[in-house]
Amino acid sequence: MTEIFGVPIQALFGQLMLGLVNGSFYAMLSLGLAVIFGLLGVVNFAHGAMYMLGAYVAWLGYDGIDLTHVQVGSTVLNLGIKLQFNFWVALIVGPLVVGLIGVVVERLLLKRLYKLDPLYGLLLTFGLSLIAQGVFLQYYGSSGQSYDTPEALSGATNLGFMILPNYRGFVVAASLVVCFGTWFLIERTRLGSLLRAGTENPALVQAFGVNVPLMVTLTYAGGAALAGLAGVLAAPVIQVTPLMGSNLIIVVFAVVVIGGMGSIVGSIVTGLVLGLVEGLTRVFYPEASNVVVFFIMAIVLMIRPAGLFGKEK
Amino acid sequence: MSWLGQGVDRAGRIAWIVALALLVVAPFLGVYPIFIAQALCFAIFAMAFNLLLGYTGLLSFGHAAFFGGAAYITAWLLQQQHLTPELALLGGVLAAAAAGLVIGAIAIRRQGIYFAMVTLALAYMLSFFFLEAPFTGGENGLQGIERGKLFGLCSLEGDLALYFFVLAIFVGVFLLVLRIVHSPYGQVLKAIRENEPRAISLGYNVDRYKLLAFVLSASIAGLGGALKVLVLHLATLQDVRWEQSGEVILMTLLGGLGTFAGPVVGAFVVVGLQNYLSDRAGAWTTVIIGAIFVLCVVAFRKGFVGELLAWQKRRANKS
Repeated sequence: MTEIFGVPIQALFGQLMLGLVNGSFYAMLSLGLAVIFGLLGVVNFAHGAMYMLGAYVAWLGYDGIDLTHVQVGSTVLNLGIKLQFNFWVALIVGPLVVGLIGVVVERLLLKRLYKLDPLYGLLLTFGLSLIAQGVFLQYYGSSGQSYDTPEALSGATNLGFMILPNYRGFVVAASLVVCFGTWFLIERTRLGSLLRAGTENPALVQAFGVNVPLMVTLTYAGGAALAGLAGVLAAPVIQVTPLMGSNLIIVVFAVVVIGGMGSIVGSIVTGLVLGLVEGLTRVFYPEASNVVVFFIMAIVLMIRPAGLFGKEK
Repeated sequence: MSWLGQGVDRAGRIAWIVALALLVVAPFLGVYPIFIAQALCFAIFAMAFNLLLGYTGLLSFGHAAFFGGAAYITAWLLQQQHLTPELALLGGVLAAAAAGLVIGAIAIRRQGIYFAMVTLALAYMLSFFFLEAPFTGGENGLQGIERGKLFGLCSLEGDLALYFFVLAIFVGVFLLVLRIVHSPYGQVLKAIRENEPRAISLGYNVDRYKLLAFVLSASIAGLGGALKVLVLHLATLQDVRWEQSGEVILMTLLGGLGTFAGPVVGAFVVVGLQNYLSDRAGAWTTVIIGAIFVLCVVAFRKGFVGELLAWQKRRANKS
């Protein structure tokens, strides 16, 4: 077997692939954070909770959501249906559900904070993620639930230099497609140009007859849906737990600080690269793999405080 | 002590004296002293946090690292190095100050929302250290810590002795923070909070002021955490986690951001609420705390003390 720096090449590529999978999630989440921050000026702490929600929608759908015995207090409602859906349906349902929650959150709560210091948005969404986390802990406990890999993507392909589990390949490809789609939507379409104009000067865009409040709501919902989609994609590769989002969101915050929130491409590239770096660390110095992102963040702050892709103010 | 009077009106001073008298007699009125002592530790923590957010305008989302980190160091010094409590406390505070210096120096390179994210990330990194380090007992933390004898003379094992020790330190911290806030240094901090570019153009080395505020705040937060070890006989992972950082924000916000009494009131409310809920609500406690957070941000941003002050002002304007 071939070795590089004393590490079997199979293991090296295996970890790199795993890093790329994690990096895909970082990219999708930091992309959503960046888009929301750009237009709303809110750092969405609840992004982690939304990712968790997406994963739970998938898991619950697989198990079947029995709506014939909905217990509300002491009364039992019979809605007469049992919802059950597979992974492919979850890919649609997950983002939809999370996006709808996003609409409610924005219309009901975030809307009241736009004139205030952005710190309040962070605090509000922090409170929301505590609520979501607590509810799921209460009902499903802290132990992890596993979700079977969809049939069509089970198994692995031998690429010669490594054996690639099909599902991991799919996750990376899917997230690249989604990231590219989002970039295209924002940078190359009319809707995107309105969005970017709204980021610069919302009052002026509104004066041109654009419904800015609606755009803001949809942007938040879109970012939330991206997080939900990442959650559905993550369900088969990780343990689904109520805490999966809160642990990830802190890493994603570090990713965002490293990349700078100003640029779409920046968020995507930084996310993927940091995933790879984490994978490499897991091969050569596993003890540091949990914290390497934070080390890089500290170094970047020392050398280039605005972040790699950020603009100095 | 003329500075005691600055910015504190007569009603305020009377309120403080009544509160202090209540705290002194509370254990004799049947209130469980350990409960108040614990609340006082959190009150110290929240005052430290308020010094940073309320008076300097810096939102640290990682203050639990100093609170819980100092707790671990103090517990380790007491249990494994057999130091006397005052030295163990000092060790904990120094450790928190050192951590504050490093984290602060990195974090003040960014402003506003980024500052919050950077402190959150660095504190999270530190919590990994306390999970993995050989001397911290992993998931269990350090338990069964003996309080020992103050200066090797006076045993703190009795709950009453401990309570008055904690109360004395609380009063000391209170006066210290009051002094800091009303000193010329404190005025510069407020100037930075209100308008940082102007403070720079006036020739202040803003970064040095901010860093010193951060280190002071981290040290005082550490003192709160270190004291809590003596009160509860343990240091746990929970105290370094980000949820704890969130909780101190809630205490400060609920009590009244940037008001002097707010954090103390908020700490008592939150600790009391948690004690009340812990046997009754289980995991719902997190949900309720989260809901209070949301309500507070949406509709109650001034907090208890802030609302009270605003009400007082309205009344004064009417007459």
